[in-house]
Amino acid sequence: MYKVFDVLEIRKDFPILNQTIHGKPLVYFDNAATTQKPQSVIQAISEYYQEFNANIHRGIHTLAEKATAEYEGTREMVRKFINASSTDEIIFTRGTTESINLVAATFGRQQVKAGDEVIITTMEHHSNIVPWQMLCEEKGATLKVIPINDAGEIILEEYEKLLSERTKLVAAVYVSNSLGTINPVKEIIDRAHAFGARVLIDGAQASAHLDINVQELNCDFYAFSSHKLYGPTGIGVLYGKRELLDSMPPYQGGGEMIKEVSFEKTTYNELPYKFEAGTPNIADTVAFKKALEYVNEISKPVAAEYEHELLTYATESLQEINGLRIVGTAKEKISIVSFVVEGVHHQDIGIILDTQGIAVRTGHHCTQPLMQRFGIPGTTRASFAMYNTKEEIDKLVKGLHRVVKMFR
Amino acid sequence: MTINQIQDEIIEEFALFDDWTDKYEYIIDIGKKLPPLSSEYKTEENKIKGCQSQVWLHAHMDGDKLLFEGDSDAVIVKGLIGLLIRVLSGQKPEDIAKATLYFIDKIGMSQHLAQTRSNGLASMVKQMKLYGIAFQAKQEVK
Repeated sequence: MYKVFDVLEIRKDFPILNQTIHGKPLVYFDNAATTQKPQSVIQAISEYYQEFNANIHRGIHTLAEKATAEYEGTREMVRKFINASSTDEIIFTRGTTESINLVAATFGRQQVKAGDEVIITTMEHHSNIVPWQMLCEEKGATLKVIPINDAGEIILEEYEKLLSERTKLVAAVYVSNSLGTINPVKEIIDRAHAFGARVLIDGAQASAHLDINVQELNCDFYAFSSHKLYGPTGIGVLYGKRELLDSMPPYQGGGEMIKEVSFEKTTYNELPYKFEAGTPNIADTVAFKKALEYVNEISKPVAAEYEHELLTYATESLQEINGLRIVGTAKEKISIVSFVVEGVHHQDIGIILDTQGIAVRTGHHCTQPLMQRFGIPGTTRASFAMYNTKEEIDKLVKGLHRVVKMFR
Repeated sequence: MTINQIQDEIIEEFALFDDWTDKYEYIIDIGKKLPPLSSEYKTEENKIKGCQSQVWLHAHMDGDKLLFEGDSDAVIVKGLIGLLIRVLSGQKPEDIAKATLYFIDKIGMSQHLAQTRSNGLASMVKQMKLYGIAFQAKQEVK
């Protein structure tokens, strides 16, 4: 347990941070795309392959039992992490995108009919737009979009107007990956339920920064990824309420997800295995547990408070750059700063910052409709994690001064 | 000058820089000086879409030489376009079609070509060579 939050101690846990890029110490500000991994996570992956690699669930030998126990241990850890009532409600997927596609292909196909409506927000990631567009097209349903204000906040009154008996599902992002806005998801969920609609929350950005309690939120589905939470890539989670998961048809067919197979009829396995066809990503799932342990050990609220300090510091410091405008000025934000600089293309900013060892993301951040809302082709985005420092933000500001000098 | 002679000349120029920033300052300078493509050629047809920046390319024949004009909304890409134009524009279509563009790698800019998703530059190189092939075929038909 870290008694006091000591960023220099935390940095020691992330070996990748200790390197130079183009001769400059790496400043990693692309955490909203993926976070770096602590040593314990990296080690867990090789330990799995060195010590207990075996296929899970069906084996009776010692290694298979050990691998199964570790794999299911992560499921229990995830359950606790989001406070689900049962591990039956925790489905492992490849990531947030697959989790959303799973719901669209099963619940969506089963429940959404011609004339029905699906509601999303203006600030959705393409992953939470395209699966619903595909579904609506297939079913003859309509996709409705909740508008936002200039600060990048959902306009709840407009949302109210969109809701009706025709609404079958509301799919909303908890935290915007492009703007950092924290959406009032509890209100979004409650209002949808009043119309009998189900709600899916895209928790990809939220889960590393906010305390997640799916029972309190009362969301029907919650999707997130390990790799934005200090864990490995290729493993994600779909939480679903048990009664919904039970009534949904399976997603993919194959091993693991069956009870009995004959050429005449196949019966499906129980939850959560019904939705986990084939040999899963065991190594990364096992290591994901270490990431969650790491976050718990630091304590998410403590880290979030520090990250908020970084956000405030960056928001203030960036003001000194001539012609810089922050895109996304919501009252409730996580540690993401998106900005445009007058007269300088975001790609040029990204290339020059990279020569200074600073990794930021530039472009539309897979939220093209949101960029269209703001009338811009893209932004430069700096997103902070618990291992970043104010000194690094100073380097970003210095780098941007240089950029402005070079391009204007 | 032949395509390769121009490429070698550019490689020599870049050898003078020992710092990344100097290299980019030079490219930015080329980008800023590249005459903007006139709006009649900035069409959807001439646009090469990238994830990060947009690139426009216009090609036409002048005698037996193929001429290129290009533009981008990002300055560094525009500078790289300037270099590509310097190398390829004014050459014969058949020479453009069979050219190997080694200078990009030699001046340390191949990263901008590898990231096919992030900009239209890689597609632009391909498009320039395709124009070479197309105009060569046209000439042969005549």
